[in-house]
Amino acid sequence: MSQDVSTKDASLTKGSSLTKGSSGATDQADIAALPFERALAELEQIVARLERGDVALEESLAIYERGEALKAHCEALLKRAEQRIEKITLSSDGRATGTEPLDVET
Amino acid sequence: MSDGVTGQNFAGEGFVTNLQEWTVSGLSGALKRTLEDAFGHVRLKGEVSGYRGPHSSGHCYFALKDESAKLEAVIWKGVFSRLKIKPQEGLEVVVTGRITTFPGSSKYQIIIETIEPAGVGALMAILEERRRKLAAEGLFDEARKQLLPFLPTVIGVVTSPTGAVIRDILHRLEDRFPSHVLVWPVRVQGETSAAEVTAAIRGFNALPGAGAIPRPDVIIVARGGGSLEDLWSFNDEAVVRAAADSDIPLVSAVGHETDWTLIDYAADLRCPTPTGAAEKVVPVRRDLALRLADLGRRHGEAMARLGERRRTGLRSLVRALRRPEDLVAAPRQRLDLVAGKLAHGLAINARRHEIALSALSRRLARLSPHLQLEQSRARLARAGQQLDRCFAANSHRYARDFMRVAGRLSPHSLRLRVARGRERLVLAGDRLGHMAPEIVARRGSALERVWKLIESLGHKGVLARGYALVLDEGRQPIRSAGAVSVGMPLTIMLSDGDVDAVAVGGAGGGKVSGEKAAGGQGSGGRGVSRKAGEAVKTAPSNQSSLFDI
Repeated sequence: MSQDVSTKDASLTKGSSLTKGSSGATDQADIAALPFERALAELEQIVARLERGDVALEESLAIYERGEALKAHCEALLKRAEQRIEKITLSSDGRATGTEPLDVET
Repeated sequence: MSDGVTGQNFAGEGFVTNLQEWTVSGLSGALKRTLEDAFGHVRLKGEVSGYRGPHSSGHCYFALKDESAKLEAVIWKGVFSRLKIKPQEGLEVVVTGRITTFPGSSKYQIIIETIEPAGVGALMAILEERRRKLAAEGLFDEARKQLLPFLPTVIGVVTSPTGAVIRDILHRLEDRFPSHVLVWPVRVQGETSAAEVTAAIRGFNALPGAGAIPRPDVIIVARGGGSLEDLWSFNDEAVVRAAADSDIPLVSAVGHETDWTLIDYAADLRCPTPTGAAEKVVPVRRDLALRLADLGRRHGEAMARLGERRRTGLRSLVRALRRPEDLVAAPRQRLDLVAGKLAHGLAINARRHEIALSALSRRLARLSPHLQLEQSRARLARAGQQLDRCFAANSHRYARDFMRVAGRLSPHSLRLRVARGRERLVLAGDRLGHMAPEIVARRGSALERVWKLIESLGHKGVLARGYALVLDEGRQPIRSAGAVSVGMPLTIMLSDGDVDAVAVGGAGGGKVSGEKAAGGQGSGGRGVSRKAGEAVKTAPSNQSSLFDI
């Protein structure tokens, strides 16, 4: 039990030190997997902190870099959006077997 | 009508008739055909009666009735499974079907093909009852509702692949945020509709995320407006349960604004129209892009401002830093100034201390212990001389006083007192010499008197007068005849000796027999003297006064 807790704590501190450590590049590995709204929310936080201006120089550089990466990620997600319409194809017993393009006359 | 008829015309005979003669089977078959021809497809209104669910065979047997008549009804298994609305005891229904007979038992019945509630009221009653039942199970609880994803990657749509509904949805999605849409084609009305919708919802949920078909992040179940009956599939219990069970957030958009179906209660979000669903499911891309652009601009600006502020701060700090010479000049000047005054100040200071020191040493000399000792010694010498003088004067005076008192002192008075005392002593000695023999003689005669009296009153005196004292074995005096038992050894004490005896009789009339023996003298003791006392009591003289002498 106590071992569980300690390992959990260790992982927590490791996590927090990771976000505090500001080597930029390693920090941004997780961004690619972030959903749009999470990335946007984090970018908002960073902008708010920079605008408040109460960030140490080193950290401001780090979070600025991360902000840029978040922005790029969000833009990519928005740009990637395109309508793609497919229809499920069904087997005779009603199970989904695959997809085919669906042409809805518009 | 001539089938099965065997009659012939025999003139002159008793059985002459043109009436057809039927066999039972023939007539029954004819009736069956007649009824089926005449009532091959009827629409019948009545109340369900005696309904107890499907038989184990899967077929249903019950009756339809009105105020005055009753008709047996059958729903075959295949028909029953396709029914949108199942029969319900007491439900007013309109059925379609055909009348047929059951020749084996002379019955006719209706074989039902479709069944629907008679009027909207009946349908609403069913709907309400089902809603209440499912709500009681907790299927519609707010706590079960899931949040829709902010920006779904894949949107699943359960609806007809043709028609206005899917078109509306796709249009609105295109406007707001073009997305990947997966349509699961279903019939949205008709017998199989409910089963298809159920399968579609469960099918989307069953997709493994990593498979060839992407798993949707959100599901829209949609249908255009229609009558209550048209929308009936979406009130189906299986559909409602599938919607409630869906792990993927589910949006319902069935009918128009005012149409409510049971799937709306079970859905995570109910939208009044398919278009509304599309709006709830995705944000507007343009808005997001604007917001992102704004954020990006602010991001850059904030950073630039931060840098600029730091630069400015640094610059002003640098400016605020003065040249080292300037920093040193003023203190140096002060140092010089002060150093010049140093020697003078030192001398003044030393002088001041010197003065203070000499004052102090003067005070110290005044307080020297040698001086004080000298003074004390002189005081002591003076006091010594004074003491000598005083002593001499005192002793002289005391000597004078002594001589005066000593002259008055002589032994004459003492001698006088001694001579007087001696005279008194001689006088007293003489008186004593006269009185002593007289006192001795008086006391001697008194003693003699008493002694005589004692002798006469002692127990021996009593014994000498002829009385005897009886003792028991323990030589204790016996005072009562009751204390003597027969055969008890006794000792009789007489004045000149003891006699041992044995008691012959009991208390009261007892006699004593005994033999004389030379008993020892001086047995006496307390008991005897008491006996003597009692014996004397009988004498008229006053005993106590005698003893008191």
